[in-house]
Amino acid sequence: MQQGDTISAIATAPGAGGIGVIRISGEHAIDVADAVFRAANGKRLAEVPSRQVIYGHAVDAEGRTVDEILAIVMRSPHSYTCEDVVELQAHGSSVALRKILRLTWQAGARQAERGEFTKRAFLNGRLDVSQAQAVMDIIEARTERSLQMAEGHLSGHFSAQIQAMQDAIMDMTAHIEAVIDFPEDGVEEVVTDEIGAKVQELRTGIARMLQTAHTGRILRDGLMTAIIGKPNVGKSSLLNALLREERAIVTDIPGTTRDSIEEYAEVGGVPLRIIDTAGIRETDDVVEQMGVERARGYVARAALVLALFDGSRPLTAEDEEILGLLHGKDAILLLNKSDLPAVTTAAELAERAGGMEVLPVAVASGAGLDALAKAIHDRAWAGETEGTEGGFVNSEMQAETLRQADAQLAAVQGTLDAGLGLDCASIDLRAAWEKLGELTGNTVREDLIDTIFSRFCIGK
Amino acid sequence: MSEESVNPVMPVMDAEGRFVAGTYDVIVVGAGHAGVEAALAAARIGCRTLLATLSMDNIALMPCNPSVGGPAKGHLVRELDALGGEMGVNADKTCIQFRMLNTGKGPAVHALRAQADKKLYQFTMKETCERTENLDVKQILITDLLLTEDKKAVRGVVVETGEVYYAPAVIMATGTYLKGRIIVGEHTYSGGPNGQRPAMHFSDSLREAGVRLMRFKTGTPARVDARTLDYDKMEIQPGDAECRNFSFMSDVQTREQTPCWLTYTNEATHRIIKENMDRAPMANGIIEGVGPRYCPSIETKIQRFPDKERHQLFLEPEGIHTNEVYVQGMSTSMPADVQLAFLHTIPGLEHCHVMRLGYAIEYDCIDPTQLKPTLEFKDIHGFFSAGQANGTSGYEEAAAQGIIAGINAAMFIKKEEPLVLKRSEAYIGVLIDDLVTKGTHEPYRMMTSRAEYRLLLRQDNADQRLTPYGRRVGLVTDARWARFTKKQEAIQAVLQQLKDAAVNPSDAVNGRLAEAGIQAIHTRTTLYELLRRPDVTYETVREAFAPDIELPELTDEVRQQVEISITYEGYIKKQLEQVAHMEKLENKLLPEDLDYALVPSLRDEAREKLAAIRPRSVGQASRISGVSPADVSVLLVWLEQQRRLHQAEGEKSCSSTK
Repeated sequence: MQQGDTISAIATAPGAGGIGVIRISGEHAIDVADAVFRAANGKRLAEVPSRQVIYGHAVDAEGRTVDEILAIVMRSPHSYTCEDVVELQAHGSSVALRKILRLTWQAGARQAERGEFTKRAFLNGRLDVSQAQAVMDIIEARTERSLQMAEGHLSGHFSAQIQAMQDAIMDMTAHIEAVIDFPEDGVEEVVTDEIGAKVQELRTGIARMLQTAHTGRILRDGLMTAIIGKPNVGKSSLLNALLREERAIVTDIPGTTRDSIEEYAEVGGVPLRIIDTAGIRETDDVVEQMGVERARGYVARAALVLALFDGSRPLTAEDEEILGLLHGKDAILLLNKSDLPAVTTAAELAERAGGMEVLPVAVASGAGLDALAKAIHDRAWAGETEGTEGGFVNSEMQAETLRQADAQLAAVQGTLDAGLGLDCASIDLRAAWEKLGELTGNTVREDLIDTIFSRFCIGK
Repeated sequence: MSEESVNPVMPVMDAEGRFVAGTYDVIVVGAGHAGVEAALAAARIGCRTLLATLSMDNIALMPCNPSVGGPAKGHLVRELDALGGEMGVNADKTCIQFRMLNTGKGPAVHALRAQADKKLYQFTMKETCERTENLDVKQILITDLLLTEDKKAVRGVVVETGEVYYAPAVIMATGTYLKGRIIVGEHTYSGGPNGQRPAMHFSDSLREAGVRLMRFKTGTPARVDARTLDYDKMEIQPGDAECRNFSFMSDVQTREQTPCWLTYTNEATHRIIKENMDRAPMANGIIEGVGPRYCPSIETKIQRFPDKERHQLFLEPEGIHTNEVYVQGMSTSMPADVQLAFLHTIPGLEHCHVMRLGYAIEYDCIDPTQLKPTLEFKDIHGFFSAGQANGTSGYEEAAAQGIIAGINAAMFIKKEEPLVLKRSEAYIGVLIDDLVTKGTHEPYRMMTSRAEYRLLLRQDNADQRLTPYGRRVGLVTDARWARFTKKQEAIQAVLQQLKDAAVNPSDAVNGRLAEAGIQAIHTRTTLYELLRRPDVTYETVREAFAPDIELPELTDEVRQQVEISITYEGYIKKQLEQVAHMEKLENKLLPEDLDYALVPSLRDEAREKLAAIRPRSVGQASRISGVSPADVSVLLVWLEQQRRLHQAEGEKSCSSTK
């Protein structure tokens, strides 16, 4: 009945709805869910009956609460896929949903491919036979999409780094395999300490990538965003609109106080971490002069700047100063009050801003906010797309794939430490190589044998 | 089984007026390592079998190095033995040195390698063949294949002298003999290995039958006279002191161990080769065939690894009753003067006399993707192929295919289920799956790195994996089966006992552990869990708790199984889980006549490849290069759709007849 490994994805449409559902399916679905869920009554999901709603919390590996959630276990064959399925219902914010989803991956599930739940359901006898073609169409579409992704979506630098890591792993593996397969051919012995050191180097590299990678940072922490503009231009209205738009203020940043709070809002599928929301409210509410210095401070910290201007009035010296701050930043200029007669036009502002993108909006009525959401989305993901069945971005998968490759490398170290022998270490190394191959599309087994023969002189 | 149809008095002529010299169930063409295993398997299962060789004196000839086994190859021999094959038994009877390689590298890659006494190996194998019931060995050169009129099934073979032999199953195991061409420097001639006749016509007959052929090349080094070697200048390489055997049926015995000798090439050797590179047949275009990368000639090594200062050479005696010594590592097709000149630069070989020159051989082989995993041709019913003729290299690879072809020819005759070993079950499975799914562009050699489930495919557990299959097909004798079941029962019993016996973290227990050099325990621990620690052995645990807990004394093989299965449990489990996932795809069989044009949503490349390879299962399909995971999903969904449509039709027709 189980069609393969355990898969998980966000099963509800992105952004919409008060509740988001994460579906986990496969033979380890219940174990995976148990790793991320703590029931209020203390029971493990493995012990609870099917189809009962269990209240509890999603927790991360350190036991910290991520969200308040509900869990429902549906045991095989009485589930959508006919496999063991667990559904976790969380608040609709996709920041929390994604975090929980990522936890399921850390617990051993993998991202469901597009249409995969449906495919499994079909293969297990669910769905009408007439739906076969539809399922095949989804699969076909997926192929086209993944081709596009493979061509365009990895940045050259990222891709080159991953390739270099793969090469380093392939070199080690080839050496180990050459020694194993040709023990009498005079191939230099493998020094386990050297392998250990090289593996550590790779792990350090991965850790650095995870820290600095554009995607990794955005996804883990949110995209650091500043909202700036002169007093009364509509900053706090914009903030409220953004927060209201996603209807949930998810989490306060730990360690900060209400006074200088940062808040998450999800706009266009991108988690934004908005700097000093209290300050924004304060400056607009109290009509206090907002110091340019303060704005400068925000801009310096931000990866994305939303700069507001009043289209119903001429540009002022303050506006000029704000424009001056934007030099070299990733900024979206919002020309507010587009519902009033225009005094400053988008074209004028764009010209003054050296050709930066300008969007006319009316924050009060909500006009133009969709375009803003799209602009943010486009910038953050630079053309990357979201899956439909799993509401997550590919970049999050990249980060997770890197983490899994790292786990395999950690296993190499464990194997060497336990003295289990080079052949076992080689198995872990290959698993790490294959994981990284999911990012580069380079997963052909024959490579290893080619490498052995090109590096080592072997033969009778 | 076919009926006795040879008339002992009157010669029988067939419709074409040819003398029918005999009728068999199975005919095996070629009596090398593949051929003898194929013939022995078919005959032992009960088929009347003819083994055709072009020289009675060269059955199981070892034209290359005098050794059997090594990593992956030794695994193949153990597997072959577990199925009831002969190579392991024969090697145990006739080898003159045994070494277990990779002992420091984990149990999955431990590998037994032996030096054979070539002539003894051959004659012993010949004797076994001659004494086997149901098996006729004949010195005949086969020129043609006999097919049915539609060319879709085999009928028999034609001998060069004109007579025919009929059989519904024919196995070709023609090795390197098809249009064999020997090359030594500028001199070339038609010939088989080691001065044998070539088979010049059979590949034409294959081509006429629609079989696609390839041209491969391999080579061998010179043999030098033992009396002319200076052993003081070389390093002795003795065999293991401990006794080793390939066969699960061989009992420990002491053998006389003959050493090999290690020496190296040097700058002078390399200079001579470089200076004469224009005379190397592989450089000057005389050689057209594709040679193996792992077994390059010395001239290729020098060319491809110019920075390597020296290459190691093993001097391997070819037997007890000969002075011929094989110069392993020095395979060459250089002209005679160059061979002599560079050999004389090598320490220990300065004054060596060459008894046979090194040579290269080119030969026809088939593209193995024309075969099913049973080794039967997809398009010719009853026609099988095994060994080097399938594009492989090595005695062990050949023998492994031979036994499978022999078994499946027998299953074909008996109309029983064929034996197809999975990649997760045997190196033999990996070998054959690679050949028939991916094909090969060079002579294929088995390597442990080709196996994805290496920890499961250990040489120590080959019997556990395969002896039940050998039993099923009728190749495992009662004696072997009894020995096998006894061993398995012993393993299970002691594993259970270790799981049941637990000790508490008392001072007394920890005292005993400390004495045995085992770290203290802090919670109640089973002996099974104790053994999971990497440096704890069965013997230390047994001694530590005797006589309170009485663990049995175990034979080495049983103890080894127990320790490995506990120490590597985590890894083994992980691999078994991967196997279980793959198994689902392996078990989804694709109809042999499936028209891939009718499957929607496949990519064009995948459709082409699938139509060419015609995989047996979705699992095999997934390993074809050019078939993507999405194509595999499409196949699965399509199969399920077809299944349900057929089911629905079946129900409809059932209800309409009611």
